[in-house]
Amino acid sequence: MTTGRSSMDLRFDWIGLLFACLLTLFIALPLIVVGTWAFTEVWRYPSVIPQQFGLRFWGQTLARGDVWDALFLSLRLTTTVTILSAVICLPAAYAFARMRFPGRNILFLSFLASHAFPKFGLLVAIAGIFLQLGLISTFWGVVLIQLVGTLMLMIWIPVAAFQNVDRRMEEAARDAGATPLRVFWSITLPQAAPTISAALLLTFVGTFYETEGAWLIGAPEIRTMPVLMISFINNQIVVQYGAVLSVMLWVPSFIALMFARRVIGTGAFARGFGA
Amino acid sequence: MAHLAIEGVSKLFGTSFAVRDFSLEVGDGELVCLLGPSGSGKSTLLRMIGGFERPSGGTIRIDAKDVTTLPPERRPTGMVFQSHALWTHMDVFNNIAFGLKLRRLPKAEIRERVESALALVGLADYSRRMTTQLSGGQQQRVALARSLVLEPKILLLDEPFASLDQHLRERLREEVRDIQQRLGITTLFVTHGQDEALALADRIVVMRDGRTEQIAPPSTIYRQPQTAFVAGFIGSMNFVQGRTRNGVCEHPLFPLAIPIEDGPVTLAARPEALTIRPSDRAGAATVHRIVDFGTHKMVDVDLADGTRLKAMVAPDDRIRAGMRVEPSLASFFVFRDNELVHQSMPAAAKAEIEALQRV
Repeated sequence: MTTGRSSMDLRFDWIGLLFACLLTLFIALPLIVVGTWAFTEVWRYPSVIPQQFGLRFWGQTLARGDVWDALFLSLRLTTTVTILSAVICLPAAYAFARMRFPGRNILFLSFLASHAFPKFGLLVAIAGIFLQLGLISTFWGVVLIQLVGTLMLMIWIPVAAFQNVDRRMEEAARDAGATPLRVFWSITLPQAAPTISAALLLTFVGTFYETEGAWLIGAPEIRTMPVLMISFINNQIVVQYGAVLSVMLWVPSFIALMFARRVIGTGAFARGFGA
Repeated sequence: MAHLAIEGVSKLFGTSFAVRDFSLEVGDGELVCLLGPSGSGKSTLLRMIGGFERPSGGTIRIDAKDVTTLPPERRPTGMVFQSHALWTHMDVFNNIAFGLKLRRLPKAEIRERVESALALVGLADYSRRMTTQLSGGQQQRVALARSLVLEPKILLLDEPFASLDQHLRERLREEVRDIQQRLGITTLFVTHGQDEALALADRIVVMRDGRTEQIAPPSTIYRQPQTAFVAGFIGSMNFVQGRTRNGVCEHPLFPLAIPIEDGPVTLAARPEALTIRPSDRAGAATVHRIVDFGTHKMVDVDLADGTRLKAMVAPDDRIRAGMRVEPSLASFFVFRDNELVHQSMPAAAKAEIEALQRV
């Protein structure tokens, strides 16, 4: 009996390995190709590996002023959107999680609306309004349009986080002498923090890569990194410029995800979605 | 040490009463158990005393001060929750020190009080552990220390051992009783386990549907239940339905003298008060099953009308399944409409009185 069980435990899972390989192939292969192009100077068909590696295109790309402008603009925009989204959405999420008021469910579901319709149609409609308000091609116009995209994530995940905080923990703090505000600060927020951090991180990364809104509302004055990358890919015959920008764009999210994995833990993401 | 007075307290959720017109006085240093099945209102009552629920009516006084409308943070009560409710983002020390820090005590005093609270619950070396690294029993001890360190006037325990295994539960309840007696703290303990209530309480309050069924010391609750519900809820009890006419029960197996008005009655007897002896009489009962508990045997007996009774017999008794037996009651209770209307004199007490009369 015991021997049978241990032999089952030790049996190699070939199907699992196959799935792991396929997933790695689908996820990693495009990244490898783009990464390779970024450090390639000559790569001609039918060669599988480049004929010549080098950093020539990095030097050319990083020497451009518009690349640095776009990078700093993207970081400023993303930080502003994430902070504003947190300030607006977290109190709302707490209200949705803990309070009962008329129209609560409809209002809560309405945050799905921005993701339930074709996004480009919505953006064009908003762009029409922004045009009248003089927000087209301005920093705050792009901030507003990107805020719309963050609402669902920054409401739904924190709501789940606040709902998952054990009410008995809060009551125990009241019992120990804490006022409701102190309970929120010392118990509720720290308990919900890992999941809220996950939502903030997803918002930051999602906003950093947001292209449609930034392009439609921001052009021609506001050019974020993804918008610049698209214009490079569309207007330049040389693949390497786009590849270099892709790798540059990949770095912030990689750092953020590594930070999240260390500080937050993967469980927080799952809990955020109600797991 | 404090005195708790609950006067006519009710709690209405929507249109149904969770607690209805409940009154109780708990004296200094007394440990009172609120006992009842799920939904009997015992936890709601405890939460009203702790300030987590606002009563729909009535008043709650602690040392003659009306606390009915005070929020939990302004009440001199300490609550220990069933789920422990320890703050997982703090270590053991900070869990216990939280309330002391809110009171802005000097750091040295906080350290001293936390350490003595931990020593009191037997966890002196655990202050730097995270709560998630503790076992269920250790977590409950920390929860107890967190309440005790604030020196509450009234300690409220809401089924604190419900999530623990039987062995640990028995050990912890003895420890809690020792600590409670040592500190002389007035305590209310909610449980749905009768053994816990019988082992711990100075007095037991049996609750049902938000009302009090009986308030009495454990021995009285067991030996003199005032309602059929209490009789059935505390310990094991046999019930037999019958009728009385002219002061005699008409049940064919139990033709007992019951000096009450004619009408339907419920006879009730503990398994230890039910004796059985072999019989060939038509209409006698049949032994269905015997369970040997080592110290005694429990015999399931089926009456002709399908009623199943439990009788406790000596471990060396030779009774066997399938045997025909004649049951008789050494002592019994008689209930009508849930109320006790007659109680026979227990055999032991009867013998004692006869011995005294002979002298």
